[in-house]
Amino acid sequence: MTLNLSLIAAITVLIACGATLVLERSLTRVLIGFVLLGNGINLLFLVSSGDPGRAPIVGLGEGPMADPLPQAMALTAIVITLGTTAFGLALAYRAWQLTGHDDVQDDLEDDLIRRRADLDSTSTTFDEIDDEMPDEDGSDAHEESSGAVPS
Amino acid sequence: MSDQLVLLPVIVPLLGAGLCFVFGRSARAQRMISVAVLVAVVATAAVLMVRADRYGPTSVTVAGWPADIGINLVADRLSALMLLVSAFVTLCVLLYSFGQGIVEFGRDSPLSVFHPTFLVLSAGVSNAFLAGDLFNLFVGFEILLAASYVLITLGGTDARIRAGTIYIVVSLLSSALFLIAIACVYAATGTVSLATLSGRLDDLPSAVQLLLQLLLLTTFCIKAAVFPLSAWLPDSYPTAPAPVTAVFAGLLTKVGVYAIIRVQTLLFPDSPLNDLLLWAAILTMVIGILGAVAQSDMKRVLSFTLVSHIGFMLFGVALSDPLGLTGAVFYITHHIIVQTALFLVVGLVEYREGTTNTDRLGGLARTAPILAVMFFVPAMNLAGIPPLSGFLGKLALIRGGVGDGSALAYVAIAASLATSLLTLYALAKVWSRAFWQPLDDVTEPSAPIKRTGSLHGRSGVSTKTAITSTWERAVRDQRLPIPMALPTLALVLASTALTVAAGPLFSFTQRAADELHQRTPYIQTTLAGESP
Repeated sequence: MTLNLSLIAAITVLIACGATLVLERSLTRVLIGFVLLGNGINLLFLVSSGDPGRAPIVGLGEGPMADPLPQAMALTAIVITLGTTAFGLALAYRAWQLTGHDDVQDDLEDDLIRRRADLDSTSTTFDEIDDEMPDEDGSDAHEESSGAVPS
Repeated sequence: MSDQLVLLPVIVPLLGAGLCFVFGRSARAQRMISVAVLVAVVATAAVLMVRADRYGPTSVTVAGWPADIGINLVADRLSALMLLVSAFVTLCVLLYSFGQGIVEFGRDSPLSVFHPTFLVLSAGVSNAFLAGDLFNLFVGFEILLAASYVLITLGGTDARIRAGTIYIVVSLLSSALFLIAIACVYAATGTVSLATLSGRLDDLPSAVQLLLQLLLLTTFCIKAAVFPLSAWLPDSYPTAPAPVTAVFAGLLTKVGVYAIIRVQTLLFPDSPLNDLLLWAAILTMVIGILGAVAQSDMKRVLSFTLVSHIGFMLFGVALSDPLGLTGAVFYITHHIIVQTALFLVVGLVEYREGTTNTDRLGGLARTAPILAVMFFVPAMNLAGIPPLSGFLGKLALIRGGVGDGSALAYVAIAASLATSLLTLYALAKVWSRAFWQPLDDVTEPSAPIKRTGSLHGRSGVSTKTAITSTWERAVRDQRLPIPMALPTLALVLASTALTVAAGPLFSFTQRAADELHQRTPYIQTTLAGESP
């Protein structure tokens, strides 16, 4: 079995772009990332089916057939991606309705811990250290007090 | 043995879901359909279990395709047991949800969606348990995940959207990984049927085998919430409605554990990754329970104990001998029932008091003694107090660990004992604060929790949302709502009955583990279905 280099290059690009987008905050971008990932994976199914051939319909043309099974799997995967993407978009829209943005928000526990750290940083014990080397909590506290929104 | 009966647990709930949509306007019709469907699934699962035990696995090849390319469903002892327990738990949770009705979901929310989605979830779980090939397993996972997306964001409130988003992104990622794994498996072997794979994988170079195994295990470990991949669970589960959380906690992670067991025993019996799994089990147990100790909200405590106790099951799987597997299967059975019962009890507490935060609760043992007993018994069961089934499950796992005899196995035994003690501590803390301490001693929550508003300008989380949200509308009914209490009581009794029935159940799980270890009954049954 020979592998098709252009297919593999396409898979690499799609999955790399998809993975990068999935790391974004905005849910819409994350969803686009998953669509790209899904397309990359569907191509991967094509590669896994081995040598190319004619359409896998019995009695239609001559020569070796392409393996139909991965095509069936890719079709199923496409349908599932479609459904979940539609749901995700609805979710992003609802999040936008509620909060005005569709960012994937922080874990509640992280938030509580940061809040506690935030309280600590405003106490006198930690003021000095904060002024010298502002860490993430320190900068958060600053932003909150000035009301600025980080870009 | 080939039998169409295996199809029923998948098809009947899906048909039922369709019917529920047809009768979307009548709550009563929806309830009757859902109950009838789930009772049918329980009955089918029971028949399948008896058959699997007497005559070996049952398999059916859909549409008559050969087993290595077609879709086939197989019910061996493990699948049938999982199916029966999950169907029973689903039925109890469904009955419980009737009592919760409008109070939980709010008058404006589309309640008619709940029943069909719940049935689809049940179909997905059944499909995953019965799947005889990797791709069908994937489809089963997707069915249950798609249903769970709807259920976890039910009502579309702020907190649920926030928690649901994280859950959905993590689930999508695990699905993508699973698909990659399937494509790689197909490229390497030319089949996705578990029975055929078990023969063909042995011929592959060990590096390829390792790659495939790692891909599959990573996927399933995300779904089962095994430690480094577990952070999504305690954040997303507690915000959902109580019946939804209960059924998720009982079933969804166990489907992941089931998949790990299936893959480890059938596809990679001489796994080089057992030590790695054992480490994952140890870390899951210890770190999960440390999280539980630090929490003050009952739902969160339970979510963390859920993560932690996944470690026990993984411990049994990682030992990869019949003794360890016996313990793991027994423990899964016990844990599904107990964890669901606990979440339902917490749902009752929430229904009654409007909160599950132990900082604001108190005196429940005096004001609601029945509720207190219903919490106390499964809580002690989860912690593993003799003679309850949790103790027996842990004992079986520890025996398996001693039988293994390696140094790492002893570390795992020590970790499991420490985890049991800490579970007891975490649950005793909940007990003494929510149930035991007089209500007068309850102090207002400390300052950090009360502060609301935007903390982190960009994400703008308000902590208030998770704690109150829909429950502000809850009726503060002082009596125990009977329609909700009865299914809870049934689960509590079932979890206690596991202790009485531990002998037969244990010998059943032993036979299931032997069957898993032998591999041949499963493979032969699946491939025999080739010529219908």
